[in-house]
Amino acid sequence: MSSPRLTIAVPRGALMGGTLDLLDTLGIDTSEVRANDRKLLFEDAGIVTMRPSDVPTYVAQGAADIGVTGKDVLLEQPDRVVYELLDLGFGRCDMVVAARRGDDAMDEALRRLGRVRVATKYPKITSAHFAETGRQVEIVEVKGSVELAPLTGMVDGIVDLTATGTTLRENDLEVLEEITVCTARLIANPVAHKLKAEAIDELVARIRDGRS
Amino acid sequence: MIHPIPPGTRDVLPDEMREQRAITDGLHRTFDAAGYGEVWTPMLEYEEVLGSETSGASGYRLFDDQGDVLALRSDMTLPIARLAATRYPDAEPPLRLSYFGHAYRSARRGSGQATEFLQAGVELLGVPGPDGEAEVIDVLLQSLAAAGLARHRVGLGDSALYRELLANLEVPAEHHADLLARLAGKDLVGLEMRVQQLGLSDAALRLLSRLPEMRGGPEMLERAHDVAGPALDGLARLYATLEERGLADRVILDLGLVRHMTYYTGAVYEVYDPAVGFTLGGGGRYDDLVGRFGDPRPACGFALDVQRVHVARAAEEGLR
Repeated sequence: MSSPRLTIAVPRGALMGGTLDLLDTLGIDTSEVRANDRKLLFEDAGIVTMRPSDVPTYVAQGAADIGVTGKDVLLEQPDRVVYELLDLGFGRCDMVVAARRGDDAMDEALRRLGRVRVATKYPKITSAHFAETGRQVEIVEVKGSVELAPLTGMVDGIVDLTATGTTLRENDLEVLEEITVCTARLIANPVAHKLKAEAIDELVARIRDGRS
Repeated sequence: MIHPIPPGTRDVLPDEMREQRAITDGLHRTFDAAGYGEVWTPMLEYEEVLGSETSGASGYRLFDDQGDVLALRSDMTLPIARLAATRYPDAEPPLRLSYFGHAYRSARRGSGQATEFLQAGVELLGVPGPDGEAEVIDVLLQSLAAAGLARHRVGLGDSALYRELLANLEVPAEHHADLLARLAGKDLVGLEMRVQQLGLSDAALRLLSRLPEMRGGPEMLERAHDVAGPALDGLARLYATLEERGLADRVILDLGLVRHMTYYTGAVYEVYDPAVGFTLGGGGRYDDLVGRFGDPRPACGFALDVQRVHVARAAEEGLR
């Protein structure tokens, strides 16, 4: 088929394995990507690799035609204009509110001080969740291990992504509320979605067929 | 010493300005030859006149010394609608106007988006239906060629189509806003999920969830015809008119196309170039807008982002 080849943004980290496995089933050669941990651009395969939160950026700007990233990333970057084409099903995680086990710091803070203090890497998701549930929230944005924040008393609770809950348990935290389930999503640049429609449709159809 | 300018704004120096001027000169000649007289409108307008639609989108409001709220325009279409209604209340249609002007839209810092951008475009007032739209698309294509582009395409849709389909397929009204928001947000996963919960026939389900995938040539109209029926008539007539005028080969029919401004009532279009990943401009039909400021008049137009056209032209040269 003569349809133009697509440049694919592949997330490094937890979603990388599932993404490369998927690309293998589509007949894209990922061996060089798997063998090479430092290299970022693989022209032969049409693959660029990056951290998951950068995938919407590269795809929105057209540096990649399509990409794979988590729903959590998309929810946190709603102003990136990309098509969300498919729920790929893998990389399933829960976005949760968690706090110290057996601690009612969140309820107490809300009752006595009128607001909850919450640490997170996901300020937009956190703000939307607390607004929807009618609670005032003070968001403390952190970059590293969020679990530390309530342990030091800096905040009453956290909003974070958890796959198995192990890290939360090991830090004596428990899940209080489940906000949403996040899985890997296939996204596309809006212009590529029109001008490379055939190539994108073919890819989407093959992924759909592969699942049913 | 650093003297910053606001994020998203820029200074233009002679080398860039020379190239940009060549583009705007080409656009101006095209607008002029097609009979579109150039107008200027004030950068600042009263917020209550233009409505919160424009100030909300531009994000820039200020008070004058009388305490009145002024807003920077977020596009040129609203000011031109005001101008047409107030300065040409009794003009014999059609009215052909063109403009070059800066408009404003707030953007997140670090997003690389311009907050101040130069728009060039035309508005055709008083010509309803496909004749008006085809004329404007004709001028649009001539303008892009005059700006030095060779590979541009125009995506063409109907802003009323999805709403009409929801009504025709008897989807309960309480679901409409959510479904339209998901379509506009390009959230096809969420759209399909919600449509599946509506308990529709297979064909209707497929049409409502897969409409954004229907983009390409006239075969899209056939594919959707069985379920969509007369809702597609407007788009089909416009496409036929474009074919008669020999313009259809640049046009991609896009049944799921939605534009951000809410004043569109019919045909909508967007400009793409394979050299860049963003749209270069767009437009559509806005038959209810002039009526906000005076006597109602059918109208349609387009606007190009001159800087983006410039970037696309440079990128096209890189591909040659």
